[in-house]
Amino acid sequence: MKQTEILVVGGGPAGLCAASAAAELGADVLILERDSKPGGQLVKQTHKFFGSKKQYAGDRGIQIGDFLLEQVESNPKVEVWPDATCLGIYEDGVVTAEKDDKHIKIKPERIIIATGAAEKALMFPNNDLPGIYGAGAVQTLMNVAGVVPGKRVLMVGAGNIGLIVSYQLLQAGVEVAAVIEAAPHIGGYLVHASKIRRAGVPILTSHTVKEAYGNDTLEGAIICRLDEKWQPIPGTEQDIKADVMCLAVGLSPLTELCWQAGCKMKYIAELSGHVPVRNEYLETTRPGLYVAGDVSGVEEASSAMVEGRLAGISAALSLGYGKDKAPQLQAEALAELKELRSGPTGEKIMNGIMKLLGKEGAAC
Amino acid sequence: MENKVIVCRCEDVTLEDIHALIKQGYRTIDEIKRVSRAGMGPCQGRTCRMLIAQELAKAYGVSMEEVIMPTFRPTVKPVKLGIFVGGE
Repeated sequence: MKQTEILVVGGGPAGLCAASAAAELGADVLILERDSKPGGQLVKQTHKFFGSKKQYAGDRGIQIGDFLLEQVESNPKVEVWPDATCLGIYEDGVVTAEKDDKHIKIKPERIIIATGAAEKALMFPNNDLPGIYGAGAVQTLMNVAGVVPGKRVLMVGAGNIGLIVSYQLLQAGVEVAAVIEAAPHIGGYLVHASKIRRAGVPILTSHTVKEAYGNDTLEGAIICRLDEKWQPIPGTEQDIKADVMCLAVGLSPLTELCWQAGCKMKYIAELSGHVPVRNEYLETTRPGLYVAGDVSGVEEASSAMVEGRLAGISAALSLGYGKDKAPQLQAEALAELKELRSGPTGEKIMNGIMKLLGKEGAAC
Repeated sequence: MENKVIVCRCEDVTLEDIHALIKQGYRTIDEIKRVSRAGMGPCQGRTCRMLIAQELAKAYGVSMEEVIMPTFRPTVKPVKLGIFVGGE
């Protein structure tokens, strides 16, 4: 059985930052990463980040991923296991994983779960036709594997993922027929929306997919307008020819391990689904088990990195590391999170977190 | 084209199947899983779980918070039995 002080499950932005922060204070850390290259979603993000310099604004996601990976690999206190998937967390604190086709047991003193999120699906007739993808899958196909998904795409969802992937499709020479969004307004940043509008791609708000059609693969979709109660308006149908449809309709936190570990869970729509109840320092109701990033509520990679750092510092401090420095570092991370969540999108996240912390209406 | 609305793509369970089960009186995600296999495929319910929850919430007039979640057991993803042979 492998012993470690802190086990980080997931080598995305949150997990890598958690590992670095904990190791810098002196703790031994092991990272489990299911993919062969750590970095999570950053490995396919070719766009530049916003925010402040501290959250790598101006750098492209893929560069940030490489930098975070270098940071953990240059720290002798961190061990990284790629191609290793966490399989379970048991009552006695033993964690199991699959690595090199073997079942392995790990006994950590603290656990940080940073498993991220999975793409949500949408229900409409023929939603299983080949050519219908999650937008994240298309991003992986293009930016990691170097394969274009098709010739003409219908993008469903005008949040940041939908807008960014649409732009990247255009960059790859793929036609984007339209971006449709069920909500009455564009969910993503205006700067991303403007870029694709300038390229001539229509963004249709209050629109949804009525049905997809095609013989063996996708040939097109019928879209329609929605009224203020999100009901289809008859007679507003449009036929959009497309051989690819991308679903960018949100993410669900990947919380299976939190449920298994017995963490108290709460459904919070603002955080995109069930999330573990945790305190300000990201420790769940199971002592010694922390969460960071999308698993604790779907947000941007910038806040995932800061949450990771906060969870890493807090886990290390609980083991007695960095007693002098840690409180100051925690305060800094909390201040950064507050700033990142100060915009209009952040308001929704803050409402969700207040519900999670049982402080509803505290700000009113 | 069969105009099917797929809820669980791993096990090919349709929205029509889910509605028929709800009509028969099935009330939880776990109950629906046991009779239809929805959520028992390679993704272990990551795609369909919340879609089924949504249908249950609608049918029984409850909020999403009130829909009973299934039990989550190890292993979180399907593995080959062989990994236990030489493993711990």
